[in-house]
Amino acid sequence: MADRGPTIPREEAAVWAQDLTRTFGSFIAVDHITFAVAQGEVFGFLGANGAGKTTAIKMLTGLLAPSGGTAHTAGYDVAEQPDEVKRRIGYMSQRFALYDDLTVKENVRFYGGVYGLTDRQIAERMAAMLARLGFERMARERVGRLPLGWKQKLDFSVALLHEPEVVFLDEPTGGVDPVTRRQFWELIYAAAQGGTTVFVTTHYMDEAEYCDRVSIMVAGTIAALGTPAELKAQFAAASIDEVFLRLARPVEEAASS
Amino acid sequence: MRTILFIIRKETLQVLRDRIMLVQIFVPPVLQLLILAQAMTFEVKHTDLALVDLDRSPASERLVERFTASGRFEVAVWTPSGDVADEALLTREASAVLRIPEGFERDLRRGQPPAVQLVLNAEDGAAAGVRQAYAAQILAAFTQAEAAGPIGASMRAATDARPGVAIQTRTLYNPEGAYLAYMAIGLLASLVTLVGILLTSQNIAREKEIGTLEQLNVTPITKRQFIVGKLAPFWVLGLIELTVGLLVIRLVFGIPFAGPVALVYLGAGVYLFAALGLGLLISTAVQTQQQAQFLTFFVLVTFFFLGGIFTPVQSMPGWAQTVAEFNPIKHFAALLRAVLIKGGGFGDVVGGIGAMAAFAVVVLTLALLRYRKTAA
Repeated sequence: MADRGPTIPREEAAVWAQDLTRTFGSFIAVDHITFAVAQGEVFGFLGANGAGKTTAIKMLTGLLAPSGGTAHTAGYDVAEQPDEVKRRIGYMSQRFALYDDLTVKENVRFYGGVYGLTDRQIAERMAAMLARLGFERMARERVGRLPLGWKQKLDFSVALLHEPEVVFLDEPTGGVDPVTRRQFWELIYAAAQGGTTVFVTTHYMDEAEYCDRVSIMVAGTIAALGTPAELKAQFAAASIDEVFLRLARPVEEAASS
Repeated sequence: MRTILFIIRKETLQVLRDRIMLVQIFVPPVLQLLILAQAMTFEVKHTDLALVDLDRSPASERLVERFTASGRFEVAVWTPSGDVADEALLTREASAVLRIPEGFERDLRRGQPPAVQLVLNAEDGAAAGVRQAYAAQILAAFTQAEAAGPIGASMRAATDARPGVAIQTRTLYNPEGAYLAYMAIGLLASLVTLVGILLTSQNIAREKEIGTLEQLNVTPITKRQFIVGKLAPFWVLGLIELTVGLLVIRLVFGIPFAGPVALVYLGAGVYLFAALGLGLLISTAVQTQQQAQFLTFFVLVTFFFLGGIFTPVQSMPGWAQTVAEFNPIKHFAALLRAVLIKGGGFGDVVGGIGAMAAFAVVVLTLALLRYRKTAA
């Protein structure tokens, strides 16, 4: 894949990477990945633990400098202009971003202010957000007292507060019940319908079926990329789960022998 | 600017909300100040004395009375035997032996120097030195009083001589109150430092630990905004801490401030930039709160002991004195003492303020360079 560019032109892509590479000493965490995500797409970024997903996300969000290759997020080079990138993206890491000792309102106000929203914008978006989540009564509650599923929905909504062009979600539904996962995906769809590109990693293969397109990372490379239907056809599999196992297993066997 | 205000507001809310930490910032330091300032003193009270009075004259009795009346010496062993007295010194029944020879009063009348012997247990060299000085003071006062008393009168009638030797004693040791002021101010400097450095290093290490720092690194917050927003609330807290400490020194200990307090705040304001900058620098080198604590205590102990807070810089070896010149705590403690005890003015402390400012610029620059929003 290294010889040809992504299928979507750089100017039109929300996320665009060519030969993006990251090494830690002699270990190659991300090995020349080339792909692009269209604007407004829900893009599933799958892979086993240690396949390089989080490293790739950190480069795409400007948190980690690439060792090689190029990546553009929201139209800006992540290595050259990380601050322009950061202004235009939202990010929900595996770790919780909100402050437990602040209330829902205080957290929202803080992140709104940090992204340069006016007091009026903050007030309006906070009201709309709390109404959408049904959190009005919890506005003055400290975040630390909320159940995990609520926190994650709130975290996601805060990541969208400044209306980013692309939002990166790193395993957003880890550890929550199926009902909350379902509600979370409704929020993801709502965001995508609003024009935000969603870049999401997950361990749940059923969630992969909800994505417009998915990529599967194996040992630092992108082993497969396409719509869920395309991938199932390509690997003659009944589900993405099966595709995933087929791609990941040879590597695991090689590693254990 | 607006972003900085949002950061300051967030930090302030978090500080005010953490009741346990607020209590920790103010209660233990005040207790330390109250207890340690009184406990840590160079003073030696109640020296147990083994007394060998071989003269048994009214003059020797007057001398002994002076020793006991001073409140510093107590006669624990009263014996005519020098051996028994030495034994008492060995068994630690007494920590000093006072030997008054036969013919003490006679010598005094004749104007010959009274050969009084003081034997000290010098296991604790500093304490022995202090006891010796006390004894010298008492002897000096004794000879003066004798000269003015009956012996002196009878002598002046006979000759022009004055009794006793002119023991010249310079008071090298502060009166009691100054010890307290010296220690209290040293403690105050260390407490302001402790709170400043620890709060900063812990706070940022905590954000690293819970993952919110990564979240902040993915926002458009600039490094400068981050640092100013983080440090401003702790700078104010440091000044509040200083105020509480000054109130304790002034109101509880009743120590008057000799110089302008405004100068103390100017110095502290500059000093806190240095201390907080150091805390920030520590936070860039660690990943967890535990590591931050360890590194902070290591740095603090080094800075305290090389800073002349409790021991004079002048008694350190040459290289350590040179190092101390680069230590902001040294300059801060010196400034506090110069202004509060000696009543110094701006001219006396401007050099120290300059040194602290230079240190602050260096550590803040290093911290700014080391703190990265994008990991290399």
